[in-house]
Amino acid sequence: MPQEFVCDLREVWYTYSGARAPALRDISLRIQRGEWLGILGSNGSGKSTLARVMNALLIPTQGACFVEGFPTSDTASLWEIRRRMALVFQNPENQIVGATVEDDAAFGPENLGFPPDEIRSRVRSALAVTGLSAKAGKPTYTLSGGEKQRLAIAGALAIDSPCLVLDEPTAMLDPVGRAEVLDVLASLHAQGRTILYITHRLEETLLCSRVVVLNNGAVVADGAADDVLSADACGGWGLEPPPLLLLRKALIDSGRIPSDTLPSYTALEAALCPSS
Amino acid sequence: MSIVVSALGYTYHPGTPLETVALEDISFQLEPGQWISVVGHTGSGKSTLAQHLNGLLPPQRGSVEVDGIPCRKGEGRLREIRRIVGLVFQYPEQQLFAETVFDEISYAPRNWSCPEQEVERRVRTAAERLGIPEATFQRSPFHFSGGEKRKIAIASVLAASPRYLVLDEPTAGLDTTSRKELLALLKELRSSEGLGILLITHDLEMALEMSSRILLLHEGRRFFWGTPDELLPELTERNAVRLAPPDILALSSRLLSRGCSVPLTWDWETLANALNRDPSFILRKNEADECAS
Repeated sequence: MPQEFVCDLREVWYTYSGARAPALRDISLRIQRGEWLGILGSNGSGKSTLARVMNALLIPTQGACFVEGFPTSDTASLWEIRRRMALVFQNPENQIVGATVEDDAAFGPENLGFPPDEIRSRVRSALAVTGLSAKAGKPTYTLSGGEKQRLAIAGALAIDSPCLVLDEPTAMLDPVGRAEVLDVLASLHAQGRTILYITHRLEETLLCSRVVVLNNGAVVADGAADDVLSADACGGWGLEPPPLLLLRKALIDSGRIPSDTLPSYTALEAALCPSS
Repeated sequence: MSIVVSALGYTYHPGTPLETVALEDISFQLEPGQWISVVGHTGSGKSTLAQHLNGLLPPQRGSVEVDGIPCRKGEGRLREIRRIVGLVFQYPEQQLFAETVFDEISYAPRNWSCPEQEVERRVRTAAERLGIPEATFQRSPFHFSGGEKRKIAIASVLAASPRYLVLDEPTAGLDTTSRKELLALLKELRSSEGLGILLITHDLEMALEMSSRILLLHEGRRFFWGTPDELLPELTERNAVRLAPPDILALSSRLLSRGCSVPLTWDWETLANALNRDPSFILRKNEADECAS
């Protein structure tokens, strides 16, 4: 029976063995189906630890984490958890195993033991969604960084994972590769998938339906992107609004543009120079 | 004293079906105290160029000289070159190997057979510069977060006291605070110790802000070489080379083309000040409100 929450963290603490300070402190977080949750935080704030807890790679040292109702501490549920929640890492080079694009995307469904026809159709649709159909037979080493990261996402889609956890998936990409990955995520979100998006780039969370900020292992903000991003507290969390947001705020404060102007340069241009 | 790159060319897998020209006819010079940024899309040849600057790749065409020493195999001088040019790889944290933070940072000075007292001094100085507390020296470098590992890796390059520093995307994956700290440190090393810096990046804003010169590569060729100010008007048209112009630059360029009196700039405060000085923007906004009502 489908659960209301894709992921439900209850008073989760995590301390790495040998470490003095906990990496996660008392995190309670409920993630609803279809949410695009941005998880923001500076280096060392606990973002990647949180992703690993949600994927049952790490088990809370205190508290509990449930994925679709399955407790991550129950090893018998690992299979169920990992096919429902796919983790995509920062470095696309580290997660590609196949010699060709379609072999790589087929790796997950093969492991789940699907019949060949089913595998082919899953691979075909996963590559179509990520814009890689034309590259299906190509060796994976010929792909650009953005294409490799999209292939990693295709691998998660091929096992039909309803929830994707992405740990800084654009950190290694150039601006064009970054835009490609974000476009794919936006369309997956529109189709109803749950996306947990870890980043330290504030501008990337503008697309998210909800943003959680981690600082020193604890949740310090949880709300709509605009509320969190305009908060003056960002600096204290080791985060800095991007220049465009700073300009937007300055122009709103001085009455040059309406306060509901969207944070994009085209929206700012339209607000400054109306075409009429 | 300088790194001189002349008509450099490099082809991967020459004579095979995988033959790819990575660099062609690249010339420039990096002097001590200078900051050069190399920008370009993924696959434009940036990292191949970096690997030529400390002799990791020998030039196939043209030449590279470091303070008068040619980068060529078989001359027995590569060791000298590698002391002069510190190379910080892309994702240096993936190359950590030592058991403790101290051993990691002391690797190069120990290799150069520095006396132990000198090794310790260099480790402390480098660690302090990167804000790595002494209390962590005996911990495993693998127990730190990605950004902290990056700092340890950079400290270990600085401990070798290079004359030039070549950094391949050093801020990718770093949060804004760490990024600012790292840039401030590089700026300081450049002015106080006259370090020559060559920084490879996708981050145009960073290149525009920090560099004395910018080299823009496109498909292995020199597309642009000049000062940040000279690059500005070029950048607004540069989507063709897979480099998105910074948002503020794109906005100022669009406003300019619509006849607004604003400077072409990538700096948000400069643009905000210009817009706030120009009363016409208030009028236009009010007109728009009237239209809307």
